[in-house]
Amino acid sequence: MVVFLRDLLRYRAEFRIGLVLVAIVLVLSMLASFSPYPPDSVYVVPPDLPPSSTYWFGTTSRGQDVFWQVSFAIRNTLLFGGTVALVSRLLALAVGLISGYKGGWIDRALMSVNDTFIVIPLLPILVLFYFVMRDRISWLMLALIMACFGWAYDARLIRSVVMSLRHREFTQTSLFSGMSTWQILTEEHLPYVVPILFSTTMNNMVWSIGLEVTLAVLGFTDINTPTIGGMIYWANQHTAMVAGIWWWIAFPTIAVIMAFIGLFLLAVSVNAHIDPRSRLWSTGEAS
Amino acid sequence: MSGYAGYVGRRLAQFLLVVFIGINIAYVVTHASPIDPVEQSISAVTSFGNTAPDAIEQMRRSLRELYGLGGTPVEQYLTFWKRILSADFGPSMSAFPTPVGTLIGRALPWTAGLLAVSTLIAWVLGNLLGGLAGYYRQSRGLKLMGVIAMGLHPIPYYILAMLLLILFGFIWPVLPISGGSAMDLPQTLTVEFVGSVLQHAILPALSLILIGVGSWFLGMRSLVANVLAEDYVVYAELAGVKSSRILTSYVMRNALVPQVTGLAMSLGGIFNGAVITEKVFGYPGLGSLLVDAVYAGDYGLVLGVTTISILGVSVGVLAIDLLYPLLDPRVKVS
Repeated sequence: MVVFLRDLLRYRAEFRIGLVLVAIVLVLSMLASFSPYPPDSVYVVPPDLPPSSTYWFGTTSRGQDVFWQVSFAIRNTLLFGGTVALVSRLLALAVGLISGYKGGWIDRALMSVNDTFIVIPLLPILVLFYFVMRDRISWLMLALIMACFGWAYDARLIRSVVMSLRHREFTQTSLFSGMSTWQILTEEHLPYVVPILFSTTMNNMVWSIGLEVTLAVLGFTDINTPTIGGMIYWANQHTAMVAGIWWWIAFPTIAVIMAFIGLFLLAVSVNAHIDPRSRLWSTGEAS
Repeated sequence: MSGYAGYVGRRLAQFLLVVFIGINIAYVVTHASPIDPVEQSISAVTSFGNTAPDAIEQMRRSLRELYGLGGTPVEQYLTFWKRILSADFGPSMSAFPTPVGTLIGRALPWTAGLLAVSTLIAWVLGNLLGGLAGYYRQSRGLKLMGVIAMGLHPIPYYILAMLLLILFGFIWPVLPISGGSAMDLPQTLTVEFVGSVLQHAILPALSLILIGVGSWFLGMRSLVANVLAEDYVVYAELAGVKSSRILTSYVMRNALVPQVTGLAMSLGGIFNGAVITEKVFGYPGLGSLLVDAVYAGDYGLVLGVTTISILGVSVGVLAIDLLYPLLDPRVKVS
């Protein structure tokens, strides 16, 4: 694992850039704990001030400091993406491991359901969900329902890895030495799946955060919890662009784009590094 | 031929499964809510002034019927399916008394047209450039394109659409930023109308294409890189086959197969993006209809658009799946 990370740092420029971007965003989100104002209070600072030395990112029309708002928002947004990724990873792992290892009709049945979840357009269903829940919709509920939809594509990836492992000799050996299916999957096959798990986690976060931003911008989430989408929602409600208060939209947008590109670059570089052919190609070129 | 028939049969079964699970999810979502939509609507109405108790009772009954909440859970479930199969979502509450079906029928061609054209352009362009980038790895221009694709691809549709809107709406206002066609033109098949439709479609299509191209580009580039290492490509090179021919008939053609599967698989996600793009640019398609229906509290319309979306996307996937054997002849044999 250490060697893996060291090689990534040494040979992958994408990984380095991604790491820097994600680190900036993480530091910004951790600063939220030091905020002088509670996140949901309004009119704590003079409204509509442009960026200055006192208010680094300016202030909103609701009298909030944009810097601290962005900090809270990016923290909540990342936590949201992390929750969705964690729960959906568990589902993807379970389905991928079982489907790939068992094969046969179990595999066919699971993959049919899997493909269904890949294809179904999620956004209308989430909008419908908001429509029936209205104000009762909570952060966690939305994360859980997204996780129920976000596992399918990655389950397929994990399945394909496990399928190739199934025919390897060590699987036979462990089977003959009396290991149970559960033991084989968790002790023998899981380590091979971990790098993919890492890169799909990043991709999954990009996906879920994108959807959350979208829903929040339309006002279809719990808009009182500050998130990046929620900030843009309130800015739109106060017609910030027309009023010339560009900093209210620009800073959350920049923060979230940095998070997106950072996470995506991490995922891409890890993915490329897993593939031995492209690893040879890049390390060979760099040396 | 029996191989092909078997393939078609399996794809049809998958299509039915998608529709079945999709509709069931819609049912669970609408019926698992702790809020009674009927009581909510009634309290919204009765909060303005006095209403006679028997009128409220009548309203409650007709609303229960409208929401399909009468009878036992089994009956409710069957009613739900009956309505969907007969495409009967009742009258729209926000555009009373126009039936929901009419509203959806009006919006559907806009979405289908925008989606089909932009997806096709993005797919063809992304695969073509990605294939070239994978083949000519040293080209600086194509490397740069890879960097741009990596930067654009992860940005969510909403953010990109908003950036385009700001760029072409405020900073450099050259393109219409809202609507499907000019307001003052009758919707008939004249040159003027078609031109106006195309002009209005540029920005929403551009935002869909910009994000789509990136993912096809990156996918195709790595696929081509893998195919290049295959023995038959090395052999073709040694045999002196022209490099343009190797690229098109040996490398790209084989790399395209997973990209077609990818297209079928990402159709749902592309549709999600179109919903947002339409809302941002005020495009008169299903997406705008859906969002406006939520704002207006129109239950029948929201449910109608959701089920039609599930159905429409599944039909699209089925269509791609059925075209798939044209590209991959192995399907016909197995």
